[in-house]
Amino acid sequence: MRLLRLKPGHGEIVLVEGDMEVPEQERELIEAFRRELDAGMWAAVPTERTDGRREAEMVRSFDDVPRDAERVIFFPRAAGGAGR
Amino acid sequence: MLLPLSAAAIMAAVLLWELALPRLRVSLPQLAHELAARRRASRATDRSRGTLASGEHPRFGPQGYDPGRELRAEQRARELLRSCVNEEEWAMYRDLGFLRVWAPSRAVTHTDGAPYAYLLYPHRPIVAYIPQTGALLNEYCVAFPDETRPYGSARLPDADDVLAKWMALTADERRLIADANMHLPGRQVDPQQVREDLARLARWERERLERAAGSVRAA
Repeated sequence: MRLLRLKPGHGEIVLVEGDMEVPEQERELIEAFRRELDAGMWAAVPTERTDGRREAEMVRSFDDVPRDAERVIFFPRAAGGAGR
Repeated sequence: MLLPLSAAAIMAAVLLWELALPRLRVSLPQLAHELAARRRASRATDRSRGTLASGEHPRFGPQGYDPGRELRAEQRARELLRSCVNEEEWAMYRDLGFLRVWAPSRAVTHTDGAPYAYLLYPHRPIVAYIPQTGALLNEYCVAFPDETRPYGSARLPDADDVLAKWMALTADERRLIADANMHLPGRQVDPQQVREDLARLARWERERLERAAGSVRAA
């Protein structure tokens, strides 16, 4: 599993990559996950339904992340844009 | 003779200094203020002309705007977007510059057509409309500012902004809409432009269908 973060001026960066079945790597994934949420990021897991439709699933804790998810994408939380 | 003249000159100089001092106390700060204002005005003119000599960019601040870096960021963001959405949605963004998302995004199927849909533009409000009539419903102004400003800007690359909207909308439509500022159509996005985009989208879909039908016939 890879934890990615969208970043201005860069595109996504890989925060951490690890195997959920390896306890030490899972711990690293959990720590990085919490750090991002504490920093105010939103987290989403891109998924594909059985009918082929793509969508995303928001995750609010590491327990919500499917064990077989390939990646979790962090991005800044939404704010109402400026009314120009 | 020399001594009285020197004494008189010194007295005159002291008297002139005493007379000038109050005026200098007032005018010197004014002069400094005027010089600072001129410097600010000059920098503002440079910004409007895009000729900042120091490399400073009005949006990216003193760290500078690097077109190469922004281009690489956008290419990376496009690859990520491509890997998340389906082939049709990616082609739509690549060819037209926006994404359409059917709604409600969590509905099981749309046998009679979706009741409404969204257009996702990079760094512009989300536009809701009725697909059957093309009537525009609302604009949802939403942004994803990264206040850590890694390169002096809080703005994600275009494709990342669209991806963030797509993820938030398909995952939790209500939450995103609740966080957005809702306006009537036309507040920030020109309704005529949206109508033209919808016409381009319809043409694009027709051509895709024709190409697909042609390749099936050829096979």
